[in-house]
Amino acid sequence: MKRLLLLLLLATAGTAAQAQMSLLHSERSLYREVLVYEEDGTRCMCFTRQCRIGRQSCVDPRNPQRFALNYTRMMLAGTLFASEQPRRILIVGLGGGSLPTALRQLLPEAQIDVVEIDPAVTRVARKFFDFRDGPMLRVSEVDGRVYVKRAARQGKQYDVILLDAFDHEYIPEHLLTKEYLTEVKTLLAPQGVLVANTFSSSKLYDHESTTYASVYGPFYNLKRENRVIVARLGSLPTEEELLARANRYQAALKTYGVDSAALLTLFSRRVDWDASARVLTDQYSPANLLNR
Amino acid sequence: MSRSLLCYGIAFWSGFFVMAIELLGGRLLAPNFGSSIYVWGAIISVFMLALSLGYLAGGRWSLHTPSLTRLSLLLLAAAATALPVLPLTGEPLERLAIAIPDPRFGSLAAATLLFFIPTFFSGMVSPYCVRLIVDGDATSGRRAGQLFFVSTFGSAAGTILTSFYLVLWFDVNDILLSLMGVSALFAALGLFAGRKST
Repeated sequence: MKRLLLLLLLATAGTAAQAQMSLLHSERSLYREVLVYEEDGTRCMCFTRQCRIGRQSCVDPRNPQRFALNYTRMMLAGTLFASEQPRRILIVGLGGGSLPTALRQLLPEAQIDVVEIDPAVTRVARKFFDFRDGPMLRVSEVDGRVYVKRAARQGKQYDVILLDAFDHEYIPEHLLTKEYLTEVKTLLAPQGVLVANTFSSSKLYDHESTTYASVYGPFYNLKRENRVIVARLGSLPTEEELLARANRYQAALKTYGVDSAALLTLFSRRVDWDASARVLTDQYSPANLLNR
Repeated sequence: MSRSLLCYGIAFWSGFFVMAIELLGGRLLAPNFGSSIYVWGAIISVFMLALSLGYLAGGRWSLHTPSLTRLSLLLLAAAATALPVLPLTGEPLERLAIAIPDPRFGSLAAATLLFFIPTFFSGMVSPYCVRLIVDGDATSGRRAGQLFFVSTFGSAAGTILTSFYLVLWFDVNDILLSLMGVSALFAALGLFAGRKST
């Protein structure tokens, strides 16, 4: 009886919290439902109605520069701390566009190419997240794998590539294989940096780690709710190198609500996964089945 | 008795085979064409079209000296023509993707190249089976219903086993080869039983 009461209480508390979260917009695309919620002054893009766990991108509309999600902070730090003045950047997966927008402001010289498969996501990002694309920030609406293969054939090179095409409940499995990561690697210039948003729990963590390691060798791991992998061709940046750039960007990053020093402490090279986990390939890629 | 039982077995397996290959088809096309909704659309369209034409052809072929031996050869033909799927998925698909940049028509061409012929032969199996098991006008509908049941039930089994378990345990190519192996086994059984009965 007591447990039942507790459950009831929890359920009503849940609906009360739900009620404060207002739905600003929803649209069905070819792939999913794209939803925009606002709660306590934070606006988020979600692909499911359970918005608290599945937030793709969040902003504070009164302070739009501020990064609201940890994983975007980690990806920004990975990009800026591990590379020296990148001029060509590729981002696979747009979401609300906070990363490309910030990179556009922080690195005005850089040409940024974004790949987003879902035109609805791009539309919603423009309308609700103040995403502005233009000649220096181009969006291609195509499958990430198809884009990477084409770019490789055209001999394109990037100084930094950010992979952010996953969702907590669905992983495009062809974007998490050794072959794909190898194709991505051919797009990286010498000393090019890879920054990938991935999962921090479930059995997939081990498989993902060995798969990245099989292509890029040792890498830095930044872990919070998500895990961000930072790898570099040639050699990994030294701690001094990371520190120097963290200091350089400290003031600039403050405007984005990003604490340089705190992020620097997240960079870890510890191998905390089962190194014998099977590498994911085009032949073996049950990523969604492993992510449970 | 054993002859019609084998017919049902072959129809079940043919249904299993078609859907397992169809699901793996998504995997095989994804590296070059992505996994967008139209890639699945292309794959499903090709399978449906090949099956529909296969039904026509299978029914027609059953008019001339139908036998368990010939049915087994159909199953064998489906397996044998699925074999080129393995070497074709590498460079040939990449070249096709370059030649047809629109991923909709690229994936349609790729699915046709890889799956049309084996699925056509698989489609021939069901109506041919009906011809072998029907034993009179009055029961023909019931027999056909039973045949559709085992064949579609096989498809359901092939779908769920492949997507829930097989891809978690094995490489795609190993699953494909095993499917062809089981087809060859059923065909061998059919050929053996067919020879004995004549």
